[in-house]
Amino acid sequence: MGSQARLEKHKESKNSHRSIALKILVPVKRVVDYNVKVRVKADGSGVDLANVKMSMNPFDEIAVEEAVRLKEAGVATEVVAVSCGVAQCQETLRTAMAIGADRGILVETDAELQPLAVAKLLKALCDKEQPTVVICGKQAIDDDANQTGQMLAALMGWPQATFASKVALADGKATVTREIDGGLETLEMNLPAVVTTDLRLNEPRYATLPNIMKAKKKPLETVKPADLSIDVAPRLATIKVSEPAKRSAGVIVADVAQLVEKLKNEAKVI
Amino acid sequence: MIRDQETLNVLLDTITRFVRERLVPNEALVAEKDRIPDELVAEMKELGLFGLSIPEEHGGMGLTMEEEVLATFEIGHASPCFRSLFATNNGIGGQGIVIDGTAAQKAHYLPRLVTGEIIGSFALTEPDSGSDAASLRTTAVREGDSYVLNGTKRYITNAPEAGIFTVMARTDPSRKGADGISAFIVERGTPGLSLGAPDEKMGHKGSHTCDVIFEDCRVPAANLIGEREGIGFKTAMKVLDKGRINIAAISVGVAERMLEDALRYACERKQFGKPIAEFQLVQAMLADSKAELYAARCMVIDAARKRDEGRDVGTEASCAKMFASEMCGRVADRAVQIFGGAGYLSEYGIERFYRDVRLFRLFEGTTQIQQLVIARNMIRAHNG
Repeated sequence: MGSQARLEKHKESKNSHRSIALKILVPVKRVVDYNVKVRVKADGSGVDLANVKMSMNPFDEIAVEEAVRLKEAGVATEVVAVSCGVAQCQETLRTAMAIGADRGILVETDAELQPLAVAKLLKALCDKEQPTVVICGKQAIDDDANQTGQMLAALMGWPQATFASKVALADGKATVTREIDGGLETLEMNLPAVVTTDLRLNEPRYATLPNIMKAKKKPLETVKPADLSIDVAPRLATIKVSEPAKRSAGVIVADVAQLVEKLKNEAKVI
Repeated sequence: MIRDQETLNVLLDTITRFVRERLVPNEALVAEKDRIPDELVAEMKELGLFGLSIPEEHGGMGLTMEEEVLATFEIGHASPCFRSLFATNNGIGGQGIVIDGTAAQKAHYLPRLVTGEIIGSFALTEPDSGSDAASLRTTAVREGDSYVLNGTKRYITNAPEAGIFTVMARTDPSRKGADGISAFIVERGTPGLSLGAPDEKMGHKGSHTCDVIFEDCRVPAANLIGEREGIGFKTAMKVLDKGRINIAAISVGVAERMLEDALRYACERKQFGKPIAEFQLVQAMLADSKAELYAARCMVIDAARKRDEGRDVGTEASCAKMFASEMCGRVADRAVQIFGGAGYLSEYGIERFYRDVRLFRLFEGTTQIQQLVIARNMIRAHNG
């Protein structure tokens, strides 16, 4: 069913969400675990990933949680998790399915993936899967790019709401509260749409151990970028990665006058 | 045996995270109140920790021994009192039914043990029979469709919380040893069953033990495990073989935690102008601990794999339990030493572990009993 047709059907039966197909696509990225102290490779070419613990990007976990809650509330009918990257991303998909996603799609490649390539892969999957909404993390904690969701919305020609702290789907529309500098902004947009999650949208659950066992039996499909006719070649080159400068030792100032003088002339912050 | 590496990785990651985010931050509170908060117990149940080793057909996860010890290693990174609460369901309090229970007994009790709705407890030890378990005096006399139990059980883990007890009692007084012993499932609230006051213990605050007293306690004959008399001691020993591998695994887990804490402290604490980790005498304590821990971890995994292969692991289980628990004691001692004066203060937490792990060398068979088991097995094998 095309998205337009689905929206028509949605409009027809306002009061019975349950009978309408509403598919949510959730992209999940496998990143260095947030507890790991990352180290830069000696040659400055990137971060050392050898024997480093990996897990699902925390913002994506929030996205999965939100999608699963929408399904549990009877708003969504299917949650599909997608991951792009190496074969081990299957584990990330299994985690998403243990939380409650119905199935998983792995776009398997060993190539370095940049946000535009991922957005293109996701577009190809959206064309195929026809989701009503894509919920993704606002950014990944490894490269902090904060681009994929926005690029996907642009490529699809769909409306987008980033940094969501509240999401409601009803009557073919999404009402999204966004966290912005000055406070909160609430947008209403037509579906299909792209939503990216902020930290305060929800608190993700722990996948229960029995659900982890059951996730093994959920369908997981693997495709290659070539199957989707997408060229994932990087458009950007990483020139150098370096560690943040070490914090230098503090000094004890004699009095307020000296403090003000130093802040003004040395630190140049006032 | 690992059935599916990917699923196991997700499972272990989830446990590791739960331990780090939910259990570790509550350690001091639990020790202070001598109680695990109800909401945290509910979270542990929700996560599925009570059904790790109960078969899948009864709603559990049916972890293999190897999978289970890998999970126990992670669980050991938090205060061992947390594990105590669900360990009896997975171990001594549930395995009697898993191993030798009838289909009806399994169907009736196991699903409720899996969810943690009921806590299972194992009642073997008595005031006058600990290491010499086969000399137990609690009696069970058949009267019509029931058995009447009389006797006292001592140091029974989780008894104050238990919904069911696996009770070893003598059904045949003419046989003094193991052959006269049978195992029963006794439900809490059965008339004639009463509990003593909780024991005051050296450590493991938050986990409770007490006496369990049977005075003309009438138990339906259908609750005789396996519905056969005289096999109860064998049931208990089979349960303990598995239990010993698990105690070895928890010893490894807690030792890893203590060594991590000691290493972190040694790298941060400065004396004579540099971190104490740079002094060779401190390094020796770290290195000895690491090497022993590695050895114990390998032993546990090996014993677990052999059990999964269906081999008799009586000797391996005792070797692993003895070595790992003694190792854990030495690591605890060195960890306190590395912490120095701070190691003696409650706020650093290491002295709490030092007290907690002392139990590992005592329960489910003391080190000395393991020595007897190992040597007897060796001599028996030699003599044929």
